[in-house]
Amino acid sequence: MVGVLDRRLLFVTGKGGVGKTTVAAALGLLAAREGRRTLMCEVDAKGDLTAAFEAGEVGFSPRELEPRLFAMTMDTEESLKEYLALQLHLPRLARLGPLARTFDFLANAAPGVKEVLTVGKLAWEVRERHYDLVVVDAAASGHVVGQLRAPQAINELLSVGLVREQTDWMMELLNDPATTGVVIVAAPEEMPVTESLELVDQLASTGVDLAAVVVNRVLPELFGRGEEEVFARLVEPAASAALSAALRRPVHRVLDAARLAMTLRRTRAAHLSRLRQGLGPERTVLYVPELFTRSHGRRATVQVTEALAAELS
Amino acid sequence: MTTGGSTIEQLLAAKEIVVVCGSGGVGKTSTAAALATIAAADLGGKVLVLTVDPARRLAAAMGLIGLGNAARRVSPEAFADAGIEPRGELWAAMLDTKQSWDDLIRRHAPDAATRDAILANPLYRNVAGRFVQSHDYIAMERLFELHSSGVYDLIVVDTPPTRHALDFLEAPERMAEFFSSRLLRWLLAPYRSRLVNVASRPFYQVADRVLGSAFLRDIAEFFMLFQSMYDGFVERAKAVERVLEDRRTTFVVVTTLESAPAHEARRFVDVLVSKRLHLGALVLNRVLPAELLDQGSSDAARQLRATPEAVAASLLVDHPELSDDPKLLARVLQELGDSFLNFQVVAKREAEQRAEIGVAADIVVSVPSLETDIFDIAGLARLAHQLR
Repeated sequence: MVGVLDRRLLFVTGKGGVGKTTVAAALGLLAAREGRRTLMCEVDAKGDLTAAFEAGEVGFSPRELEPRLFAMTMDTEESLKEYLALQLHLPRLARLGPLARTFDFLANAAPGVKEVLTVGKLAWEVRERHYDLVVVDAAASGHVVGQLRAPQAINELLSVGLVREQTDWMMELLNDPATTGVVIVAAPEEMPVTESLELVDQLASTGVDLAAVVVNRVLPELFGRGEEEVFARLVEPAASAALSAALRRPVHRVLDAARLAMTLRRTRAAHLSRLRQGLGPERTVLYVPELFTRSHGRRATVQVTEALAAELS
Repeated sequence: MTTGGSTIEQLLAAKEIVVVCGSGGVGKTSTAAALATIAAADLGGKVLVLTVDPARRLAAAMGLIGLGNAARRVSPEAFADAGIEPRGELWAAMLDTKQSWDDLIRRHAPDAATRDAILANPLYRNVAGRFVQSHDYIAMERLFELHSSGVYDLIVVDTPPTRHALDFLEAPERMAEFFSSRLLRWLLAPYRSRLVNVASRPFYQVADRVLGSAFLRDIAEFFMLFQSMYDGFVERAKAVERVLEDRRTTFVVVTTLESAPAHEARRFVDVLVSKRLHLGALVLNRVLPAELLDQGSSDAARQLRATPEAVAASLLVDHPELSDDPKLLARVLQELGDSFLNFQVVAKREAEQRAEIGVAADIVVSVPSLETDIFDIAGLARLAHQLR
């Protein structure tokens, strides 16, 4: 089996709210720290990926955020211009005004055109070996299959033409597990686990390999062996009153918070085991603990990077 | 827990359409279902929740499995099991994008031949799910249809998970724009007349090379068929837009207090305001209990973390039953302090987000992290209780 970071093109996806962008940023940072020239690309131009590095906006042209780590934002119109300039040897959109607008229109209307411009650009960067690794903060799990299937869909729709020729090599690159993989980010909650398992099934139709499932926000066990029994005796009224007296401060809220933590942990553990069971023993599953951080900025990115590094070592 | 002048119940009583929106993963679907449950249980009448992608167990509890587009009444037994005797009826429907598109085509096609040609067109079949944010449009379109059917007193809509939470607001407009596009006409021109404009000829030559002429012809045929429905579509899209703007429609924004969804929610509120749409309520979901911010408890936790051995020793004097191992007890005490302070960090961040976002709406409801997932009517009732 190919290691997650040994591949050259990673699509990071997951249900909204599970930390997909943070994990994409962390994978990019980890690869760059290991000495690989890495490009990260945010597909939905929200700016969350660069916010994970406190780096401000980046456009279609990649910017080096730190040594070996580059970031770009996908822009399908720019991607089209680049493609036309490269393929047709046309001057960069000098006289293409109406053509570009028509393509923009087509891209909105025809299935897969926007997606193929996105995937195509990224696959091209991999093929040309401009980077050792390309990490894509891809569409959320509901949309990513459309993205990954786009070259195939276009290939089926077009019988001839330059675009069809292009989709042939794209599909080859995407379907090679040594090159391309999907990373699904999940949280140990009901819908994220359900969607992740559904996505694993749907991935089969794309021919793209599943590189790993990253489970974010795993709560550590609050109490170790024998400790839960002690806690159960501690919450008895007489004992907790004595604890409050010893501290000279009310302690019941501290005990309530521990109960909440235990309940959350138990619920998450149940979802986690459902995920593990659904995935089977063969899949790579990486765990990132709940961080209790103050922000979602660089500090959180670094912490997730360290957690992933520990999991992958 | 509600803060502000009025309540969710009053809002539900005053409106005919409630659009529930927010970014993915914040609990939109269960909030929409719970709002509808409140209305059906307390206010009465016929209440419909139109949902997009419910968790399987919740869908099953509401009788929504394998229904396609049809609405079904949630059985009174399901309410009875949860110990509720509703005053009204709760109905539920799912959004089936493909079927909704087909219905739309059937309604607007000028004749049977066009209708069949479109439905059979391979491009249409490929497109129906994805076309111009068709999911967003079709959700609003279905809402319009259900509202104008006059069957329901209140419709609560769960909005589709889109890349941007506000896409669906612009969907009707974009749909109308799309069909009146000059580019569309331009693209179709050579297939309408044999006389291709000299100026546009180079364009078609390039397009032929890139896409292949067969594909261009397929596309042209598809859009030509679609154009025959232009008037109906545009008129319909405008009507859908009017419904959203109507004073009987209100928007409920759902978010957690994590930074990304809260940021998205703030943007959403801004857009609602700028479009002069009615922001009815803000639901802050999965909020940690305010007790975590308590200063005395925080001091106690800090002390537990700093001197667990000393506290353990003094406790064991009167309560030897706690443990025969002072080290074990000390470890438990330290972990208690740690855990409290960990969760307090998150609670503080949440309080700050709430202070920032909470000013946006008249009705702000905080819903605590419920201990279990919601998968039946009793679960919805628990959530409803928190929302009231």
